[in-house]
Amino acid sequence: MPHHQLIVVGGGLAGLRAAVEAKAGGVDVAILSQVHPGRSHSGAAQGGINAALANNPDGRDDSPEKHAFDTVKGSDYLADQAAAIQMTSDAPGVIFEMDHWGCPFSRYDDGRIAQRPFGGAGYPRTCYGADKTGHYLLHTLVERAYERRIKMYVEVFVTALIVDEGRCRGVVAYDMIRGGFEAFTADAVVMATGGAGRIYANSTNAIISTGGAAAAAYHAGVPMEDMEFVQFHPTGLYTTHILMTEGARGEGGYLINDEGERFMARYAAKAMELAPRDITSRAITTEIDEGRGIGGGDYVHLDLRHLGAERILERLPGIRDLAIHFEGVDPIEEPIPIKPVQHYTMGGIDTDVDGRTRMPGFYAAGECACVSVHGANRLGGNSLLETIVFGRRAGMAVVADLEGGAPGGDPAPAGRAAVAALEARVAELAARGSGGIDPYAVREEMIAATRDCFGVFREEAVMRTGVEVLRRLKERCAGIGLRNAGGVFNLDLMRTLELEGMVDLALCVAEGALARTESRGSHSRTDYPARDDEHWLKHTLAHYTPEGPRLEYVPVALGTFEPQERKY
Amino acid sequence: MRTVTFHIQRWDPDRDEKGAPRTESFEIPYAGQLTVLDGLFHIQEKIDGSLAFRYCCRASICGSCAMYINGRYRLACQTNVKHLHTDEVRIEPLPHLPLVKDLVCDMTDFFAKYEYIQPWLMRTSREPEREILQSPADRRKLDMPIDCILCGACYSSCPSVWGEDHYLGPAALLKAYRFEVDSRDEAVKSRLPSWDNERGVYRCHVITNCVEACPKELNPTEGIQWLKMAAVRRRLFGRRK
Repeated sequence: MPHHQLIVVGGGLAGLRAAVEAKAGGVDVAILSQVHPGRSHSGAAQGGINAALANNPDGRDDSPEKHAFDTVKGSDYLADQAAAIQMTSDAPGVIFEMDHWGCPFSRYDDGRIAQRPFGGAGYPRTCYGADKTGHYLLHTLVERAYERRIKMYVEVFVTALIVDEGRCRGVVAYDMIRGGFEAFTADAVVMATGGAGRIYANSTNAIISTGGAAAAAYHAGVPMEDMEFVQFHPTGLYTTHILMTEGARGEGGYLINDEGERFMARYAAKAMELAPRDITSRAITTEIDEGRGIGGGDYVHLDLRHLGAERILERLPGIRDLAIHFEGVDPIEEPIPIKPVQHYTMGGIDTDVDGRTRMPGFYAAGECACVSVHGANRLGGNSLLETIVFGRRAGMAVVADLEGGAPGGDPAPAGRAAVAALEARVAELAARGSGGIDPYAVREEMIAATRDCFGVFREEAVMRTGVEVLRRLKERCAGIGLRNAGGVFNLDLMRTLELEGMVDLALCVAEGALARTESRGSHSRTDYPARDDEHWLKHTLAHYTPEGPRLEYVPVALGTFEPQERKY
Repeated sequence: MRTVTFHIQRWDPDRDEKGAPRTESFEIPYAGQLTVLDGLFHIQEKIDGSLAFRYCCRASICGSCAMYINGRYRLACQTNVKHLHTDEVRIEPLPHLPLVKDLVCDMTDFFAKYEYIQPWLMRTSREPEREILQSPADRRKLDMPIDCILCGACYSSCPSVWGEDHYLGPAALLKAYRFEVDSRDEAVKSRLPSWDNERGVYRCHVITNCVEACPKELNPTEGIQWLKMAAVRRRLFGRRK
């Protein structure tokens, strides 16, 4: 049974950064990842990473405080303000560190890191590497992990936590290459498994972004925070929902309706296309709902043609390739058909600014966590920042906590028990086999229900229907069958095992959204169109029960920025 | 509704003899667009759940789903069936690599060779408080090699790799080039021996299969020739770059 002081689950930016930090602090660390870390979904991020470097000539007066204010305002005042301030003040340092480690940021003539404007930001503070910033950051951290000789267990699929006397002592997993189940015991576990976008049918997220491992924490008793806040990115490619970066608008791209109008003028006269994502997604959805989609259809145009071939090829080459390969449209010649699609999970495992959760020995960082810095709406460029800032801080916290003393007792018996429980569950699923309920039918119904009932605009009657569908699916999960039980690289096994956790997270979104009778950030209700600070300036915590999430509410950390109406 | 037939190479270590893969055919109905990856998921979900393949981003940036499709190296996610101009699609794992199962290859050696060239920025100077300055011209030298997604297509396509187990191959050497050409890199001695040796650049015979195979349209051969010249310059003149 492999044992390490620290197990990091997930090899994307947050997990890698946590591992690098812990290793530097002398901790024996191993990364467990479902894919080679270089294939993690962090690499699909495009537009950039925010830090108040004040490199852009129009950003000379920028500061971490202003970055924090924009973040809090963007969050519709649901972000914990101390956490946002922590993130923005850590930001310049971690960016310079990524540069020192080789990240190929784009540059100004004087050699400094280039910065572009992004939505909801008072200054151009988004550092970028063309439109492949996530790919460049990810590979830089993978390289650093190799340099530090960090142990990686690659293609290992985590399904549950090992909990012994209330403390997290590791994880159990399916070894995709060797087959079989194994316990990985540890003194501490950092969860960094990304978002749960694939609980929706229309998501920009990677196919592996199912939230499965985060659901394992939820099942073990760690609450999920603010799950009803789901970001819809304004510009997903029409057919495939692949991301078209906000950087395309940062570089000057227009949003155009069927009448050829730059309609954002009617929604955010000052910020125009660079309004925050919640506002822009609502604007596009309204245009489509009112019949001004292109040809009356359910999309509008992202038009880059006026930027010219040279600028598109230099700053947005990846966008161009994606539009050509996946939509058959060359943005130099034609506008790109886009629509709002699920993009980011603002909610997640409830943590403090150091990644600590309510469970001793268990930490989380990155998109699977909720610190909360994004509140009800995340600003573009803040998610890459979050992964590196809070991955690093979680690594530091583990070092500090283990210096205070490792947990006593042998975790092996709890590890063996957890493997036995997993084997029993798989045996039960396999016993039903093809006579059981088809897990892929359940998955299809779930992703349609979230898409149709918990989208850009929400209202009570529709959400009630959605909640009922999801509750029924949860019941059906008890009867699903597994058709292929054994062997290596068993996708059937993995996709069946993760299904119930996906439904549980969808229920967190659904129940949280139904209960919250206000509109705030991404949670926009037609029946309660106003923000209601008196009753709802508070975080939702969802606790797992077999009957569905039990909701609890906790205050928001205010103190620096007085809540005010958001105008852009 | 249209139909396309996938002829997929199958091999399961639990039921098949080593070196004896089967081919199985599946009919896939579709309307509108269908990528090869979409088709594989259709089979896995609705016809044969035991089908094994790698996937992640489905947007041609993660490098998981490089395969050999109708006789060419392609990313399954990026391959629109319409663009193959046929209703018969033959799908094989990356040739010349050991198999895990079906379309999944064993990438252990590939990543071991990547690690061997020490793929990280090396510095000896004290780091500045801010970024290390780099001119746009120096940054542009990185444009090609940093777009590598480590999919393994070039490695699978290279006859020198087929013939010599120890040869590092185009992907690892392109990564070496990526760091050697970086103005911020200060590796004077430590990385050079990893590629300037009998496992390294001299086993590239400029066959350029890698250039043709690369789904990101990169040019590993060019990077390898740059490394050869850098090694020669260094021997003759003691200069590094």
